Amino acid sequence: MKMLTTTMVSAVALTLAIGAAEARNAPGVTAKEIKIGNTNPYSGPAAAYSAIAKAIGACFDMQNGEGGVNGRQINFISVDDGYSPPRTVEQTRKLVEREKVAFLFQGLGTPTNSAVHTYMNKKKVPQLFVATGATKWGDPKNFPWTMGWQPNYQSEGIAYARYLLENNPDAKIGILYQNDDYGKDYVHGLENGLGAKAASMIIARESFEVTDPTVDSPIVNLKNSGADTFYNISTPKFAAQAIAKNFELNWAPLHLLNSVSNSIGSVVSKAGFEKGQGMISAAYLMDPTDPEWKSHDEYKAWNAWMDEYYPDGDKADSFTVLGYSACKTMIHVLENAGDDLSRENIMAQAASMKNYRAPMLLPGIKINTSASDFYPIEQWQLMRLKGEGWERFGDIIDGAVGSGS
Amino acid sequence: MDLFIEQTVSGLATGAIYACLALAVVMIYQAIDHFNFAQGEMAMFSTYIAWYLMDDAGLGLPFWVAFVACIVLSFIGGAAIERIVFAPISDAPVLSHIIVFIALFSMFNSLAGFLFDFTPKNFETPFGHTPFIDGVISSHRVGMIAVTLILLGLIYAFFRFTPIGLAMRAAAASPESARLVGVRVGFMLALGWGLAASVGAVAGMLIAPITFLTPDMMLGTLLYGFAGAVVGGLTSPLGAVIGGFMVGILENWMGTFVVGSQLKLTVALVLIIVVLLVKPAGLLGRVVVKRV
Amino acid sequence: MTSTQVNGNVPAFLNENPKDRIVVLGVPLPLLERVGLFVLLAAVVVLPMVYDGYDIYEFGKILMYMLAVLGLNLLTGFNGQFSLGHSAFFAVGAYSTAIMMDQLGMPYWTTIIPAAAVCFVAGFLFGLPALRLDGLFLALATFALAIATPQLLKYDGIAHLTGGVQGIVLDTPYPPAWIDSIVMSITGEELSVDRWKYMFTAFVAVIMFAGAWNLVHSRTGRALIAIRDNPLSAKTMGINLAMFKSSAFGVSAMYTGVAGSLFAIMDEYLAPESFTFAEAIKFLVGGVVGGIASLFGAIFGGWFVLEIPNIADLVASSLADYINNPQGLTGLIYGLFLIFTVYVMPMGAAGLVQILVHRISTKR
Repeated sequence: MKMLTTTMVSAVALTLAIGAAEARNAPGVTAKEIKIGNTNPYSGPAAAYSAIAKAIGACFDMQNGEGGVNGRQINFISVDDGYSPPRTVEQTRKLVEREKVAFLFQGLGTPTNSAVHTYMNKKKVPQLFVATGATKWGDPKNFPWTMGWQPNYQSEGIAYARYLLENNPDAKIGILYQNDDYGKDYVHGLENGLGAKAASMIIARESFEVTDPTVDSPIVNLKNSGADTFYNISTPKFAAQAIAKNFELNWAPLHLLNSVSNSIGSVVSKAGFEKGQGMISAAYLMDPTDPEWKSHDEYKAWNAWMDEYYPDGDKADSFTVLGYSACKTMIHVLENAGDDLSRENIMAQAASMKNYRAPMLLPGIKINTSASDFYPIEQWQLMRLKGEGWERFGDIIDGAVGSGS
Repeated sequence: MDLFIEQTVSGLATGAIYACLALAVVMIYQAIDHFNFAQGEMAMFSTYIAWYLMDDAGLGLPFWVAFVACIVLSFIGGAAIERIVFAPISDAPVLSHIIVFIALFSMFNSLAGFLFDFTPKNFETPFGHTPFIDGVISSHRVGMIAVTLILLGLIYAFFRFTPIGLAMRAAAASPESARLVGVRVGFMLALGWGLAASVGAVAGMLIAPITFLTPDMMLGTLLYGFAGAVVGGLTSPLGAVIGGFMVGILENWMGTFVVGSQLKLTVALVLIIVVLLVKPAGLLGRVVVKRV
Repeated sequence: MTSTQVNGNVPAFLNENPKDRIVVLGVPLPLLERVGLFVLLAAVVVLPMVYDGYDIYEFGKILMYMLAVLGLNLLTGFNGQFSLGHSAFFAVGAYSTAIMMDQLGMPYWTTIIPAAAVCFVAGFLFGLPALRLDGLFLALATFALAIATPQLLKYDGIAHLTGGVQGIVLDTPYPPAWIDSIVMSITGEELSVDRWKYMFTAFVAVIMFAGAWNLVHSRTGRALIAIRDNPLSAKTMGINLAMFKSSAFGVSAMYTGVAGSLFAIMDEYLAPESFTFAEAIKFLVGGVVGGIASLFGAIFGGWFVLEIPNIADLVASSLADYINNPQGLTGLIYGLFLIFTVYVMPMGAAGLVQILVHRISTKR
């Protein structure tokens, strides 16, 4: 009898809670304001990424200047986690429980987001558009409150694999990868894309650590392995080193450069254009240093925004484009949510984008999500370095990883 | 070409990086009987100053002007750090000094990122990046090895032939006795810090054209620099240079033929411990007899 | 450079005889200390009744860091050996617990003691070669250890155990049913996981703290201090130097390792990025700022390492009116804090308290 009462009481409480949640906005939402939390490495080894959060802050500043979202100002609270997972837990809990933010947006890093993955989903607080390309963020069945934004690393690997299978099925591939989740995800992507041929086509793998001074030694090994295709999975500094080192060694394989480091301004021009001719890479965002976009309306808007709201920012840094584009996506979702700013509805809106074009995406690339598809951007276009810019070629490629499944 | 030879040459080139830094480590060790865990970050910051002096986005000075100016500024900066930060706590326990090193580490790292942002910067080299031996080694790396050797000669001569060098050793090893024989210990310490900062600056300016200039360029590198200095002997500049080259080559050999690329840092760790245990004075270092 | 210089003066409260004669405001010092311990214990017990959620989580973390710092204090403060590499033992403890839970399916509370044993052995073994290294060289060797640790954790050869670059996600440590029902019957509320995590951490921390207290005040403890202060005469008095020093390293690693275990249980997730050089620095900073030869100091140190980044953050953000994007300056402010602390209290917070006690005390 007692148990029955308890069950009934809790059932009633549950109904009430659900009813209340539907009617009530998320914490952090008032008639005038939406509080959004974010963790980013402003200090420590990954501090280069903080440019993303700074850009997002500047982008929300612009939006607030233009009247905010549906009359509400965005209060973007971005805190430092130093790329240290335990610190991310502390900061995230503080944002959620003390600052009472409505949700988290563009938290940076795979290990850091992993550390709060369970917490956010237990608390039912949206962990939206995390700034990492790991594949695990698109798992609505087990983690319905978490969603990525950028195309995942594996899908890019698949794009290169398809290119190789079509154009050079006998390629002998040598892989240079950063020894962390990001590097390994790229390797998996390529392996998946090559399928049964992976074992015969990949003939050498060399890893390096972010603390290594140079990548010279692994490259010497790759060259000596007899590889004719070089799959380069490294962050900007090491990518530039690798381009220069290949040139120094007179090694001229087909160079597949991961998109993390394909910025003309901060990588390719630094290494030297002549050293990287013919490299192939993939992109989903416009490169701000590519002259092709100078006359594009979205570029002009981005450029004007940089001048006015983020004058300290580096215009050659593609992170500013990423932050800007992700911020615009967030604004789009909030606008669609209208006045129902419950966490459920914000999540539902994020999971029902149809052919949305965030500014600065490459022409032809669209954002699509559904209740079973938590991968907002899944498209790539390949491009080849020619002269002082990238020349895009071929169709927009759909990354197959986990689309829907 | 044979993989073994190529890895050896490549290790020699990387070893030059470690050798440069190991020289700076020896310099500071001679001056204060200490490691400076912030040395890498100080060198990195000096390099940013040089970059600012010569880059078009900064002052646009010619390379050699910026090079000399950077060395002078680093000297002043290093001496100033000793006078302002360390002089007041000269009597504090060693641990307090280590905490201050950590503080400096954090401050320079943070300041560099704040002032110059984090995108990799190109650092000019007067030697160019043309092939020296085609497909094997570039002109910059040869230039770097040459500068390292010149630096070695200067430091050796400084300690061997000038009275200041000797006085500096005395001030570091035994401040009390040095004071009694008329050595101005405070001045010597500041001088040592200044010189170490200058050597660090040269190392940074030689390394940056290869690794590209970023605020985090020195964290891992410093460990190898320490390893080089320890292997060669902390009291011997020549030993440090040889040690640096050895670490570079050994790292490549181990990484390629023995343990694989995933354990290269561990190799440096084991090397440090083994050398410290088996031959604490390093290859060429003096054995210091301690009075108990 | 000998290890004697590590920490010049022996903290007054370790010399049993003189201390007994010190009277502070009419109260004998040993009594005052005991009262202090009691108040602290009471606070630790009362906290979960008052706080929940993020707050109690933070208190739990302070206790966890307190243990980690305590480990370093036992080594450096009481035995005169340096370590810049205690993040490695923190990692060994955390991964031991995680692997036992993840691979062997052991309940979280059963993993503490085996993890402590593993860490003791790891520390003891590292302590053997470390024996022969003088203070500064030991600092260098442990610095190298700290830098190499994340790479070792990721190594493919052990990735099936450690989860490699992905790390390990752990199950939530729910309170046992009987505790839950006791709490339920008293308060009428269910015990929250956060509160339980804190209680579990506090339970372990209090036991370990008491153990350290007894150790330091025992014959063994005095032997350790004797080794720190004068290794040669300690040897002539028949103290087995090698055994004691290696064991001290083992015990130290065990304390920091248990902190690691508690960390894994508390955060339910670990990855190589959680055990970087920065973590080792944290412990050292906590130890020195608290007072490296003081058990009370470790508590302050635990609080300091958790809160100081927040304070640095706050200071940086307050500069927003004058500087663009001041958050990049957090590291600079943190560094200034450290230097300031070393200037103001070169012997740490405990040293400062000692000086104050000295000022207002009288001798009987």
